[in-house]
Amino acid sequence: MTDASSRLAETSAAAATGARPVLLETLNLKKYFPIMGGLLRHQVGSVYAVDDVSLQIYKGETFGLVGESGCGKTTFGRTILRLEKATGGSVSMDGQDVLALHGDALKRMRRRMQVIFQDPYGSLNPRMPISDIIGEGLLAQGDKANGWRKRSIRDQRVGDYLEAVGLRRDYSRRYPHEFSGGQRQRIGIARALALGPEFVVCDEPVSALDVSIQSQILNLLSDLRAEFNLTYLFIAHNLSVVQYFCERIGVMYLGKIVEVAATDVLYATPQHPYSVALLSAIPVPDPRVRTKRLVLKGDVPSPANPPSGCRFHTRCWLRERLGNPAECSTTEPPLRELAGGHLAACHFAEQVTAQAVQEAAATQSVIETAVDVD
Amino acid sequence: MTPTASDAPADFEVALVSLNQWQLAWRRFRRHKLAMFGAGLFLTFVAIAAFGPFILPYEATNVPYPLKFCPGTTISANLGCPPFNDGHILGTVGGTQEDLLTLVVNGARLSLTIGIGAAAFASVLGAIVGGISGYFGGWVDTILMRIVDVLLSMPLLFVIIVFAKVFGYGDWRVILLVFALLGWPGIARLVRSLFLTLRTEVFVDAARAVGVSDLRIIFRHILPNAMSPIIVVTTLSVAAFIVTEAFVSYIGYGVNAAYNPTWGNILSNAQNDILVGNWWWPLFPGLAIVLTVLGINFMGDGLRDALDPRSRE
Repeated sequence: MTDASSRLAETSAAAATGARPVLLETLNLKKYFPIMGGLLRHQVGSVYAVDDVSLQIYKGETFGLVGESGCGKTTFGRTILRLEKATGGSVSMDGQDVLALHGDALKRMRRRMQVIFQDPYGSLNPRMPISDIIGEGLLAQGDKANGWRKRSIRDQRVGDYLEAVGLRRDYSRRYPHEFSGGQRQRIGIARALALGPEFVVCDEPVSALDVSIQSQILNLLSDLRAEFNLTYLFIAHNLSVVQYFCERIGVMYLGKIVEVAATDVLYATPQHPYSVALLSAIPVPDPRVRTKRLVLKGDVPSPANPPSGCRFHTRCWLRERLGNPAECSTTEPPLRELAGGHLAACHFAEQVTAQAVQEAAATQSVIETAVDVD
Repeated sequence: MTPTASDAPADFEVALVSLNQWQLAWRRFRRHKLAMFGAGLFLTFVAIAAFGPFILPYEATNVPYPLKFCPGTTISANLGCPPFNDGHILGTVGGTQEDLLTLVVNGARLSLTIGIGAAAFASVLGAIVGGISGYFGGWVDTILMRIVDVLLSMPLLFVIIVFAKVFGYGDWRVILLVFALLGWPGIARLVRSLFLTLRTEVFVDAARAVGVSDLRIIFRHILPNAMSPIIVVTTLSVAAFIVTEAFVSYIGYGVNAAYNPTWGNILSNAQNDILVGNWWWPLFPGLAIVLTVLGINFMGDGLRDALDPRSRE
């Protein structure tokens, strides 16, 4: 083995074990929303939107965060960006404690981490021309070094970024209502990138768009990532989009991360019963393919009153198969490493095998089978 | 981008004028016939108030040569003379024998000043307090809203009497101040509710995410989007304050008629003479109030339609 190839083997091994440089790390991040009630409007409970989430996002990667509606994935992104005040835990960006920053230091940090929102209509102020919408961040972040306070320099940069997202420079004088949903989303992307961030939270950036536009925006995001060396936290509920777009994926359920793995690993061998059920719900665009969906019983429990132990135990098909072990409802399973870089929070993750999944699906009363046209 | 045939329409597109929300609203307003009529009516009275006193031959409170009889009759001029006599187009009033047209024109000044001034004062104060309350929330909101509750529970006449006792009876500035003082809490509540909704808008989050300051978010993002309802309410409260001034003056707690005529106190002085048959005395100031208020209300309705982003043409 030559030196070069051994180095290559080393780096890939390092990548597999998670030794790549970490850009953003959260440690036991918590965000609870108070529930006010009673006569005196005092706090009567909490919604545990994000509960003890520890994640590492590597420099240059696209990390997907998936889960059902209301599982806390958007709140997680917002808490990282300091749009919500964290209840506990920490967020560090390049080793710097994000949650401890305030004033000018926080403002400088905002330059490095940006966000692209889901709603292309609500995210642009209808009363502002595009030049102000994109240029506003530059004005706020302007200093002697970058010269962004000067209108001419700012307008130049706004034009550059409009072109970078595939729009015409002279669109800057127009107002949001003159654009389509896809164009508006491009404007939102230009606004985020104009500050020159390293880390961008993409909060379901294509969910609100027409299907024909989705792929355009995804390709644009992908090109921009390469062009500007970006790291993405890609929040989505469309599993096909995530599979195409992300290198690693975290699965969230009721405010907790239940599984983290490289995309191909997760899609091939999911190790958490919830991920298995989630992935079985991906529709196959071929009517001849018989699919067996693992349909979960009941609804997602309320995040204001999450189940004890493992939060998934009330709906878990594996627990049923294993004869309802007490551990599931009493002890919270830690997010533990199963193989290189593959983490899952299940006491019995090793029992999740292809055979077990098939048997579980077979015993379910609800099995979706497509009509065989052949 | 290389120029191709398909680019040609896009280049042509550039020539289109890009209208912002206000320009679109103005276009919608212009096409609203009733609103334009109302605005015209209101502006006519504003013009009368501004220039009328310079054009009229008479002084408001100075009648140099009192008559014994109305011209061409044996009716005592002391009771007031009917319209179209001896150059008095709207007639004269009893007692002082002042020219009614001069009174109504001069009265327009104060009536409109009080109406517009109190509405502007109340709106600015209401917008500031409501904005702070809605944007920051928490204990600031609680304290400010309790002050609002207290002021909204105060009876108008009682406050006017107390203020008159302290600052002097019949002073129009006191009336304006009291109106503004009791008017802003309602507007503060409206603005607060607007701010509560608007501060959760995604574009506000986006502005915060790029590091825009609270002050700029309030003035560049939230306030412009809250402006439409504020403008409508301000407009309509001008009409409300004009009517309230007339009411307060009519029952005798308003502006002193001896120095400053207002539509309200002209009406008030007319009340004893209605029985004598001097129909013109209450009619013309009353008509001025009705037409002005009607004009403002039409204008307000038109503004509401024009400023509503949901109304599309």
